[in-house]
Amino acid sequence: MTGDPNSSQDNLQDIRLGHADRGFVGKIIRLDALVTGSSLSPQELEQRLVEMGFVEGARVEILHEGTIRRDPIAVRVDNITIALRRSEAMAVIVE
Amino acid sequence: MTTASLRLALVGAPNTGKTSLFNSLTGSRQKVANYPGVTVERKSGGFVTPEGRSVTVLDLPGTYSLRGRSPDEEITRDIVLGRFDGEAVPDLVLCVADATNLRLTLRLVLELKRVGRPMMLVLNMIDIARRRGVTIDLERMSQELGLPIVTSVAVRKGGVDELLKRTDEFLARSHEAAASQWTTPTIADLKAAQREADRIIAAAVTLPTKPDTLTNRIDSVVLHPVGGLVILAVILFVMFQAVFTWAQPAMELLSDGFSALGQLIHDVMPEGWGLLQSFLQNGLISGVGSVIVFLPQIIIIFLFILLLEDFGYMARAAFLMDRIMGGAGLHGRAFIPLLSSFACAIPGIMATRVIDNRRDRLTTILIAPLMTCSARIPVYTLIISAFVPATTVWGFVNLQGLVMFGLYAAGITSALTVSAVAKFFLWRDHAPAPFMLELPDYKMPRLKSIAIGVFTRAKMFLYRAGTTILSMMVLIWFLASFPTAPAGAEGPAINYSFAAMIGHALEPLLRPIGFNWQIAVALIPGMAAREVAVAALGTVYSIEGGKEAADQIGQVLAQKWTLATALSLLVWYIFAPQCASTLAVIRRETGGAKWMVVTFIYMLALAYVASFLTFNLAQALGLH
Ligand SMILES: Nc1nc2c(ncn2[C@@H]2O[C@H](COP(=O)(O)OP(=O)(O)OP(=O)(O)O)[C@@H](O)[C@H]2O)c(=O)[nH]1
Ligand SMILES: [Mg+2]
Repeated sequence: MTGDPNSSQDNLQDIRLGHADRGFVGKIIRLDALVTGSSLSPQELEQRLVEMGFVEGARVEILHEGTIRRDPIAVRVDNITIALRRSEAMAVIVE
Repeated sequence: MTTASLRLALVGAPNTGKTSLFNSLTGSRQKVANYPGVTVERKSGGFVTPEGRSVTVLDLPGTYSLRGRSPDEEITRDIVLGRFDGEAVPDLVLCVADATNLRLTLRLVLELKRVGRPMMLVLNMIDIARRRGVTIDLERMSQELGLPIVTSVAVRKGGVDELLKRTDEFLARSHEAAASQWTTPTIADLKAAQREADRIIAAAVTLPTKPDTLTNRIDSVVLHPVGGLVILAVILFVMFQAVFTWAQPAMELLSDGFSALGQLIHDVMPEGWGLLQSFLQNGLISGVGSVIVFLPQIIIIFLFILLLEDFGYMARAAFLMDRIMGGAGLHGRAFIPLLSSFACAIPGIMATRVIDNRRDRLTTILIAPLMTCSARIPVYTLIISAFVPATTVWGFVNLQGLVMFGLYAAGITSALTVSAVAKFFLWRDHAPAPFMLELPDYKMPRLKSIAIGVFTRAKMFLYRAGTTILSMMVLIWFLASFPTAPAGAEGPAINYSFAAMIGHALEPLLRPIGFNWQIAVALIPGMAAREVAVAALGTVYSIEGGKEAADQIGQVLAQKWTLATALSLLVWYIFAPQCASTLAVIRRETGGAKWMVVTFIYMLALAYVASFLTFNLAQALGLH
């Protein structure tokens, strides 16, 4: 896990969950809360995501999206559904 | 066996059924609903186990971790760690898990183990898990966790028998509490715990090959980007139409009943008992009776809200409204407290405890009283029925229901506007915290719990009518009856009473917004509770009008007020801070008088300005 946002040698297939479309199915590779549009500090955001079950290896699927700018999204994380905004979902790197 | 009662605490992730368990163990009727964050307080109750141990049990707010990031979660943390003032640490922690959804609770279990209290894991909702074909190897899981495990169905009769039995067995042995090793978990700790929890689940739980898709199918309609918003609007619209049309027959029955009762009292009372007769007829029947008439409407609105809550729709509504709420500068979790405020602002304000950021919480508290609470229904209905014809527009819409819908919409719009303005002027640099909410699976609303819920609300309404409203009515009746008119005086006797004096003193202040002295008199006791204004108007006009006018307050208003005055009073009630209990709760929840005063002043100012504009505009348009 890299802490430095500039050294993002992301695999080309890796995307941020916040960019994914409805119907997307993937697996969480890691969390990277440093560059998101969230009002939370990276530390706090990462902690909350982990508390809601967003950890490496979990299966995620975008089930629904909101009306305005397709935000927020409802994400199936393993077997629970979490609603969150795209700006927070940016911290979740998936493949 | 000890004589001191043993202390149990119910701890677990949100929405796992802790309160349902608490209710079935203790026979209480605490609020249960299908969304996370229902319980925001510590509730204590007692029961006796089958073997005769007396036990105190605490119901606590749900939490994903002991970190305590919002006021409700802090309560749970402090109880579990024994830091809560005046509350000893629990002898046994019952960790409650939703058997269909173990991931997050098992991680919490691992965290709780570090606290070192004796603990037992309760796999609740085992009925749903079995129906879906989830099999859990209890022995294996118990071994892996090093904890005793029981299953339960909190909402079914006999569903907690095993829990009771095992609690007895557990308490029969003596247990050493280990010293607490708990420290606030770091992200790495949380991840490690989650991995461990996932490993245990993989080892002990077999999921069905065909997962439950019903929730998903409903959601694809209910959360559809366009369809979902339409459905939300339709639900609200039907709700307000129903409040008018369905309640009508029952209300007429009640109101006719009270009229007949008044007539009966009038007829059978011997001459010379004039004072008692006036008290019964004007104070009690025209006053308190005029409020009780609204019981059917209160029942209908609560029926709708409870059904939506139990079904699991609330969290979806929050999802649909999130962008709009965020646009007004509100926190993502503000929606449910605001929606609860449709019933009453007091539980709504309490529910803001789920909001972690203090500023966001304050904003929500400030605007919660603007949501149309059920105590406004009597006021709105009275005026609407007196001034708006019950015609049908556009082929199927009841015009009165439409006006009601408009008043609700006005409340919501003004709440959002106030929030946006507050953010802009007070906290411009502060970005509201994000929305992150678990969407629970839908559950079939349970007839019994809905019935209990409606019954509890109806009882509360009648209790208020019998206490607050009744005592205010005694006061009003007294003020409106004394001193009696001097001999040979002209006009109704009430013109010489204290009430008239007070009313006339206030009238100059209220004349610019179109209120007469009778309204002025009604507004003061109306501070105790909004419905009191209806009762007070009933009493004042019935004393003024003499015996023949004692029946239908609505008809009297239609004759005595101009449409401009009626509209102005409707608008007044959208904004005015006419509820002392709400102000008291704001004071308690914000920890000081400052925000209570702010709320009072801003609402009063809004009410005055809005009524002033309405009245003058209506007059200019010639609405008499
Ligand atoms: N079928 C079934 N439903 C249950 C059971 N226990 C609880 N429920 C339902 O689950 C929902 C949540 O129950 P609550 O008791 O409010 O949950 P809670 O843990 O107190 O929730 P918070 O106070 O928000 O933390 C309600 O709709 C209950 O009717 C159960 O054993 N079986
Ligand atoms: Mg609860």
